Amino acid sequence: MTMLELKAVNKFFNGWQAVADVDLQVAAGELAVLIGTSGSGKSTTLKMINRLIEPDSGSIRLAGEDIRSQPPEVLRRRIGYAIQSVGLFPHWTVEQNIAAVPSLLKWPKARIRERVVELLELLHLPAAQFLARYPHQLSGGQQQRVGVARALAADPEVLLMDEPFGALDPVTRGTLQQELLRIQALSGKTIVLVTHDIDEALLLGQRIVLMDKGRVVQQGSAQDFLLHPASDFVRDFVGQSDVGVRLLGLDTVASRMRPLQPVSGEPIAASATLREALSAFVARRVSSLPVIDAQGQPAGVLHFADLLPVAA
Amino acid sequence: MRLYSRVRLLLVLLSLAAALGLPLLTYAPNRLLTGQGIALLDLLQGGSGLRWLALLPALPLLLAPWWRPGIWRERLVYLAALWLGAALWWLAGSEATLRAGDEDALARVSFGGGFWLLQLLLLLQLAEALQVLAGGLPRRVLLLLLAQLPLLWLLLSGRLDSLSLLREYHNNQDAFDDALLRHLQLVLFSVLPALLLGGALGVWAYRSARFARLLFPVLNVLQTIPSIALFGLLIGPLAWLGRQLPGLGIAGVGLAPALLALSLYALLPVVRGTLAGLQQVPPAVREAARGMGMTPWQIMLQVETPLALPVFLSGLRITAVQAVGLAAVAALIGAGGFGAIMFQGLSASALDQVLLGVLPVLLLALLVDVAFRLLIARLKGADDHA
Ligand SMILES: Nc1ncnc2c1ncn2[C@@H]1O[C@H](COP(=O)(O)OP(=O)(O)OP(=O)(O)O)[C@@H](O)[C@H]1O
Ligand SMILES: [Mg+2]
Repeated sequence: MTMLELKAVNKFFNGWQAVADVDLQVAAGELAVLIGTSGSGKSTTLKMINRLIEPDSGSIRLAGEDIRSQPPEVLRRRIGYAIQSVGLFPHWTVEQNIAAVPSLLKWPKARIRERVVELLELLHLPAAQFLARYPHQLSGGQQQRVGVARALAADPEVLLMDEPFGALDPVTRGTLQQELLRIQALSGKTIVLVTHDIDEALLLGQRIVLMDKGRVVQQGSAQDFLLHPASDFVRDFVGQSDVGVRLLGLDTVASRMRPLQPVSGEPIAASATLREALSAFVARRVSSLPVIDAQGQPAGVLHFADLLPVAA
Repeated sequence: MRLYSRVRLLLVLLSLAAALGLPLLTYAPNRLLTGQGIALLDLLQGGSGLRWLALLPALPLLLAPWWRPGIWRERLVYLAALWLGAALWWLAGSEATLRAGDEDALARVSFGGGFWLLQLLLLLQLAEALQVLAGGLPRRVLLLLLAQLPLLWLLLSGRLDSLSLLREYHNNQDAFDDALLRHLQLVLFSVLPALLLGGALGVWAYRSARFARLLFPVLNVLQTIPSIALFGLLIGPLAWLGRQLPGLGIAGVGLAPALLALSLYALLPVVRGTLAGLQQVPPAVREAARGMGMTPWQIMLQVETPLALPVFLSGLRITAVQAVGLAAVAALIGAGGFGAIMFQGLSASALDQVLLGVLPVLLLALLVDVAFRLLIARLKGADDHA
C-alpha cells in the first residue's frame, strides 16, 4: 500500500525554483531517505508533506487522501515531525514535551502518562529520572531522543525527520541510528528522513532518493546506488573510490560465513557488516576469522576471499 | 594587619570625609532661610552627653576592611550599618527637638549633605554585606526591608517629628495624601493602556517587518521629545478637542493630557520589550510547535507568551519606573501628584517641601523596580526547578 505519494510537485521562492517536478512514492512501513547537497530542496520537500510549506503545483496524498482535504493542524497531528535543532519547549518538562500532541488530541490523562513512560523506555531514557527534567538539563543526544519520542507520541501514521542526528557526535549518532532501525522494525512506521550523509542514507534507507537542484536524480535501493549510479553526479555523490567498501557495509558476516571449522584468533560477531570484517582482516593481519553468534557461541568461519561475492 | 577589602576601605574613607567635612544637619531660623551647618562633632557635644554611644557601631565598620572575610564579618557589618543608619536619624531627630522647641516655633532643623552621603555609604555597606549574606533576590530584599525597621519605629514613635521634613509633612498632610493617590493614578492609568496598546503593537511589529519599520521611528521621536515640551504640545489639540466634545472632561491641562503624554512615553519600552521577547523565542521551537499541529492561538498562548514573558516584564519594569518619575513632571500642567508638592516647594524656595515631593517619588520608583525584579526572578526560578 502506498502511504505517501507526491506527484509533479513544484515550489518556487520569489520566482526561484526550489523543488522541481518531484514524484515520490513511499510504501507503508518503508523508510525512505531524502539525500542531496545543501540547498537541493530536501527540507522544502519534507515540509510540503505536513504543509509547513504549501506547494505551488502538484498533488500530495497521505494514505490515499489529498492532504489539503483537512485543516493543516489536523493533518500535522497525524504526522510526527522531528528536526535537527529539536525545538523542545524550554519551559515544559520532558513529560509535557512528549505529551504535547496527545494533549492536543485530548487523550485521557492516564493514557498520556502511560504512553510517555512507554516512549521514554523505548528510547532508553529511564522515566523515573527524566520525566520531570527540563530540556536544558539534558545532553544534546538526550534532547534528540526526547525529540524523537515527542514525534512518535501520538502514534502517527508517518514520521518526518529532518537531519535528526545531524548535530551529534559519531558515536551517539550511530547509537541513535541503530535505535531508529529498531523502532522502525518494531512499529512498522512509514518514515521519511532527510540527511546529507551518504553513509547514514545507505545504512537506514530502504529507499534512497537523491535530489539535486530541486529535482530527484535517482531513487532506489542502496545496491542500486552503488552498483548502477544513474549519472556521474550520482557516482561522485556516493563516493566512487569507496563504492567497494560501502557495498561490503550492506551485508553481514552471517551472509557469507562458512560452516564451523576450527580457527584460532579473536572472533567477530555474525551480525557485524562485511565492512567491519574487512577492517578486522587488515588490522589483525589474518586471512580468516572465527565467527560467533549473538550468544557468543562459535558459529562459523569467514575467509578473506569470502568478501568477494560468489556470483555478481 | 592585612587589608582584605579595598571596597570597604574606600567606603570607610569616604564616610570619614563625609562625617568630618560636611555638615550633618543645618539649622535655620525659619523654613525659607538657608540654614547654617551643624557638624557631627558639634552634635556629639550637645544633648545628654551620651550621644557618642549611638555611634559605637561605627567601630566595626572602621575595622571591617582588615577583618578576615567570612559570614560573621558580613553579619556584623549588616548590623552595624543598620544601627548606625538609625542612629543618625535619631541624632537628627533629637537635635531637632532640642533646637526647634515647641510645635509652632519657626526654627527649622534640616538634613545637610553629610547626612545623605553617610546614609548612601551605609546603604552601600549593607548591599556589600547582603551579597554574602543572602543568595537570591527575595532574601536580599527582605533583609534590606528589615534594615529599615528601626527607622520606621523612629518615625511612628514621633521621635523625628521636629525635623523640618516631618513638619512639612504634617503641614501638608492632606495635600500629601492627595498627591500619593493622584501619583498612583497617573502611573497606573498611563502604564495600563500602554501595556495593552504596546503589547498589541509589539505583536504586530513582530508579525510584520514593514509595520515595525514604520512604527519605531515614530516611537523613537516621541521618546526624544522632552516631557515638558510634550505636555505643552498636547495642550492645544486637547483644549480644541475639549471644546468640540464638551461633557467628556477633556481639557488642555489637567489629568487627560498628562495621562496621554505618559502613555505615549510608556509605549516605546513596552513595544520594544514585546518585540524583543518574541524575537528571542528560538525559531526551532516555533517550527516544532507548528509542525506538531498547534493552532496559531495555541502557539501564541502556550509557547510564545510564556517564553517572551521575562523579557516583556523587563520592558514593563523600565516603563513603570520611568512613569513614576515622569508623573512628577505632569504637575506642571495641573495633573497633581508629588510633582505638585515639589514645584510648590521650589517656587517658595522651601527646600524641605521639595524634598517632601521628591523622596516619595524616589521610594515609589524603588518599590516598583524591586517588585518587578522579584516577579521576573520568580518566573525564571519557576523554569529552573519546579
Ligand atoms: N522560506 C524560504 N524562502 C526563500 N527561499 C527558501 C525558503 N526555504 C528554502 N529556501 C531556499 O530553497 C532552497 C532549498 O532549501 P531547502 O531548505 O529545501 O534545502 P535543503 O536541501 O534542506 O538544504 P540543507 O541540506 O542545507 O538543509 C535553498 O536554496 C533555500 O535557500
Ligand atoms: Mg534542510
